[in-house]
Amino acid sequence: MNPLQASCGCACSAGPKLIFSCSGAADVGELADQAARTLTRDGHGKMFCLAGIGGRVSGILKSTEAAASILAIDGCALDCAEKSLEEAGITRFNHLRLTNLGFEKGKANVNTDSIAQVVEKAKLFLS
Amino acid sequence: MEIKVCGPGCPNCEKAQKTVEAAIAAKGVQVTVTKVTDFQDMAKLGIFSTPAVVIDGKVKCAGRAPKQSEVEAWIS
Repeated sequence: MNPLQASCGCACSAGPKLIFSCSGAADVGELADQAARTLTRDGHGKMFCLAGIGGRVSGILKSTEAAASILAIDGCALDCAEKSLEEAGITRFNHLRLTNLGFEKGKANVNTDSIAQVVEKAKLFLS
Repeated sequence: MEIKVCGPGCPNCEKAQKTVEAAIAAKGVQVTVTKVTDFQDMAKLGIFSTPAVVIDGKVKCAGRAPKQSEVEAWIS
């Protein structure tokens, strides 16, 4: 790599690790959302707008295509985040479904412990 | 037509700028080219990977310098 590129601190050398959460209305959707925001705050990746994928916003789509890696977090088996990405032609991503971690839709507690549990699992996909 | 070339100014971004200018010269079209170096301005366009090329508000590529042939097709 050109040493200027390596040291300039810009966004050219490597695409970001993007995180898409279904952010759905159910408790597991809220949990997915909070985990994605925590992961972003802790520097493990960058939460990106799933609505921008659905709305086919060109900047969101092109930046997603340039990502180093992508993690989609869905609360339940409807897999809205996964399907939204696939409908937009994005197929290269990891997928985490919270009901597979033992969270039950309609009965999940959204608190620091449950968020931390999701974050720990999601980090495995972002390392 | 308005083209925005987004990037902070590293060699890759300079390459994108030169490619866009070469394509404009080759096609002989009337285009306004603006350089965007502020990350907040890029974020408003949804751009988080540079270089990026925006034509009339639509992001055509991000995270790479485009080929001249691509730019020529975009501005035709």
